Amino acid sequence: MPSKVMVSTHLNGQEVTFLCEPRQTLLEVLREELGLTGSKEGCGNGNCGACNVLLDGVLVNSCLVLAVETEGRTVTTIEGLTPPDQLLPIQQKFLEHAALQCGVCTPGFIVSAQALLEQNPQPTEGEVRRWLAGNLCRCTGYDKIVRAVLDTAQTLAGNSAQDSDQEVGG
Amino acid sequence: MPTVWIPPLLRELTGGQERVTVPGRTVGEVIQALEERFPGIQERLCQGNRLRPGITVTVDGVLGAKGLREAVSPESEVHFVPAIGGG
Amino acid sequence: MSVDPQRDPVKGQNGQNVGQGGGKNGYRVIGSRPLRPDGTDKVTGRARFGADIRLPDTLYGKILRSPHAHARIRAIDTSRAQALPGVKAVVTAADLPSVESKIQDLGEGAINLRYLSDNLLAHSKVLYHGHPIAAVAATSPHIAEEALALIQVEYELLPPVLDARSAMAEDAPILHEDLRTDEMGVRGDRPTNVASHLRHQRGDLEAGFAAADVIVEREFFTSPVHQGYIEPQAATALYNADGQITIWTTTQGPFSVREQVAQVLQIPIGRIRVIPTEIGGGFGGKINVYLEPVAVLLSRKAGHHPVKMVMNRDEVLKATGPTSGSYIRVKMGANKEGKITAAQVFMAYEAGAYPGSPVGAGAGVILAPYRLENLQIDGYDVVVNKPRAAAYRAPGGTNAAFASETVIDELCEKLGMDPLEFRLINGAKEGDRRADGPVYARIGYLETVKAIQAHPHYTAPLEGKHRGRGVASGFWFNWGGRSSATASLNADGSVSLVEGSPDIGGTRASIAMQLAESLGIPYEQVKPQVTDTDSVAYNDVTGGSRTTFATGLAAYELGQKLKAEMLRRLADLWETEPEAIHYEDGVFSHGEERLGFQEAAAKIHETGEPVMVSTTVYPKGVGPGFATHVVDVEVDPETGKVTILRYTAAQDVGKAIHPSYVEGQIHGGVAQGIGWGLNEEYVYDQEGHLLNASFLDYRIPTALDLPMIDTVLVEAPNPGHPYGVRGVGEVPIVPPAAALANAIYRAVGVRMNVLPMSPARILEAIWAKEAQAKEPV
Repeated sequence: MPSKVMVSTHLNGQEVTFLCEPRQTLLEVLREELGLTGSKEGCGNGNCGACNVLLDGVLVNSCLVLAVETEGRTVTTIEGLTPPDQLLPIQQKFLEHAALQCGVCTPGFIVSAQALLEQNPQPTEGEVRRWLAGNLCRCTGYDKIVRAVLDTAQTLAGNSAQDSDQEVGG
Repeated sequence: MPTVWIPPLLRELTGGQERVTVPGRTVGEVIQALEERFPGIQERLCQGNRLRPGITVTVDGVLGAKGLREAVSPESEVHFVPAIGGG
Repeated sequence: MSVDPQRDPVKGQNGQNVGQGGGKNGYRVIGSRPLRPDGTDKVTGRARFGADIRLPDTLYGKILRSPHAHARIRAIDTSRAQALPGVKAVVTAADLPSVESKIQDLGEGAINLRYLSDNLLAHSKVLYHGHPIAAVAATSPHIAEEALALIQVEYELLPPVLDARSAMAEDAPILHEDLRTDEMGVRGDRPTNVASHLRHQRGDLEAGFAAADVIVEREFFTSPVHQGYIEPQAATALYNADGQITIWTTTQGPFSVREQVAQVLQIPIGRIRVIPTEIGGGFGGKINVYLEPVAVLLSRKAGHHPVKMVMNRDEVLKATGPTSGSYIRVKMGANKEGKITAAQVFMAYEAGAYPGSPVGAGAGVILAPYRLENLQIDGYDVVVNKPRAAAYRAPGGTNAAFASETVIDELCEKLGMDPLEFRLINGAKEGDRRADGPVYARIGYLETVKAIQAHPHYTAPLEGKHRGRGVASGFWFNWGGRSSATASLNADGSVSLVEGSPDIGGTRASIAMQLAESLGIPYEQVKPQVTDTDSVAYNDVTGGSRTTFATGLAAYELGQKLKAEMLRRLADLWETEPEAIHYEDGVFSHGEERLGFQEAAAKIHETGEPVMVSTTVYPKGVGPGFATHVVDVEVDPETGKVTILRYTAAQDVGKAIHPSYVEGQIHGGVAQGIGWGLNEEYVYDQEGHLLNASFLDYRIPTALDLPMIDTVLVEAPNPGHPYGVRGVGEVPIVPPAAALANAIYRAVGVRMNVLPMSPARILEAIWAKEAQAKEPV
């Protein structure tokens, strides 16, 4: 039996230490050892994005990362992205736009879209589609998902315009 | 009397007739009446005392839930169609 | 900066307020776009899908699958697997009770039990690459996989047959020695791969073709395609020491799972409880069981531990049901006035390893939008060495429409007639007779044609090279089925609704909306819940476009019953008759007495028994659905790639309870149809090995492949439902492949007759056309 390795990682804002076999992926450890089942396995080989997490702030497929690779690094899952007492604007917009039907791909899309908006706060429709091409959805045809992302960007821009107006106005 | 549309594969039993009027207040009675006129047709449509699996019946365009016990009126049109599954 | 979903008002897509009072056309709730009750859990990752179930003491199950497409099993030796530390049980078909070759109605349509059992664990033959042979339960999924490699199987290889026409040939390898062709009760006399033959026929074909001024005859080839749900099958089963069995599973139908497990394992349904988890897509593919009975067997053999089995994507593609590949030939004639005079169809559908393709449905769809007197349709259900076909969204329909709608397009071209004009001339309406016999009640087909005709998309100029516009129509029967539900009145005026329809696409919301509308209370006061097989009476599957219709009807009846019971109780309190009490806008009144709904609920709670109502339905008034689609494409003549520029879908939806989810069903069906039309197919080698069992090579559409999809919700109310509901989920997948084929023709002048119309195939067609043009006359 392969021996287990002790791994320490900064997970969802906390120092976490776990035991795992070297062959276990980050996705498997999140789901089976750490009880964080928000990340989903849709394909196991990096083609569907349902397992998206942020590794040191970079969007990755956790099914393609070995758990041992997270030693000393920062991991953020859908559970960690969600604020404790309310929803992110992107989550709220997904609900308003009915941008989910079965909902299994949704955590992956939320993580992915959030990463996009942090990098590119005003994406065009084409940029949104290109970024999200790594997240497969079989239910929605992507229409309402793209609308939700664009609406979120617009809303956040409007809000920050308001904020800066207030600062200037005095 | 209700009108029964004979499935094309069974028309060899009805001498080629496409439509037949027979008495009956339920699908079961109608099939029995058909059997009296065209022997052998009942065992094509039924398996034991139920409709053959894979066959369903519509009465006046509406899918019957009661199979042989489905009620039929004097002006009704009865069709036997393949059972359809959705997805 | 975040939004508080509890406090801040939310706006629907059209800018109107969602939730209370947002309805249209005189409805308070129906037609609005409230947030779904399970929404927060789904956007935060909290919702529990099949693989998210975790019980203490769980063992992990894995399945050994055949590496061959067709072989006899000579011997299976599991001893080395059993000896591996960590392995707690190994099962093969020997652990299954022997079941008769009898046909049961187990969910959606009849299944032969012996075939179902054999598909779970092969008895004497393997019939497709991926066919299960044995299963192992171990303390970790990795040990279970290691154990699979230690199971030794001796095979005697047999030649495989991999398409319908080859399987129908005289000398084809036979899959089932005892299979005979069934022709409505008459069995053939020799071994065959043709499980059944059906026929629809009326009028006079010869006369009909003689009366035609133009005739088109074409043949079409399609490949199996998979439903492509993002969540693989997953189930956890516990065979408790007391004989009670509990199964947590991702399924479209917990009651169907219960029935299938009961029949295959010969255990009374009273000992089986099935708890549906959230479901990550189904589309018809999560009705047949693949794991549950095996998990139950393992649980018992391993000493009554829970056993969790989760498929990986490779297994999903190889060994769950894709829909049928097919060979279809259509010959159609029309006169110069544009009227169809005759149609003849031959369709052979691949059932996969066991009989049961949707050829019957295909035969009903293929001519459904049209009125014609002279027709003959012959359909054949053919077994081949591929996984057993399962339902996929309007099963059988897309194959059929690809054939008929492109032949119609060619007829229109020969007649010099606009394809929508042709459809208006021949389109079916109430009172017309369907090809398979029954007469149509109120339908909205012509309205969908007119909606596209009037839509700006249809008349927008389409300029540029290699661009073309195509249209196609589609039909689906829709289904009623059985639903059961209960509703309890809580003391604060909220209503707890318990129903048994797994929520795949927002039905908790659409069902709750119908209860709210029926009872005259705000949507937010209804708390819907999907429950297990012990907590409500029988429910047919969520599928077949039945749920908003049938379970919604049950919700409507619950509202009426609750209202009647509240009136009875208040009448008692106010010492009058229920008929004398007025109920409007959420207020009960009688003379001087007035109580708002919530106050009434509190009062009723204080003064007697609790109020709970239940209902069961098996509605007959199902309304079929129709659609007409238009698509603009651009074809790259160097690569064969098709870019979709614009897509508009008009569909008769009866009544859109929650328009966002109706639009969503259309978007999703169109996207799947586009994938089917342009990219998706099962690729086999000559030995019958599936070569593309991953999402990399089984290519479903991404966000980059599709534009926004415009929808037109035509509402021709279904008279069979109090709110006019028609099923909507399946129709949208029927037209897209044909619409794309017709657009591609106008873009680059080639008529495609093979699906998918992948870049390689389009290039070959373009080159063939160019070569032909260069040939000396």
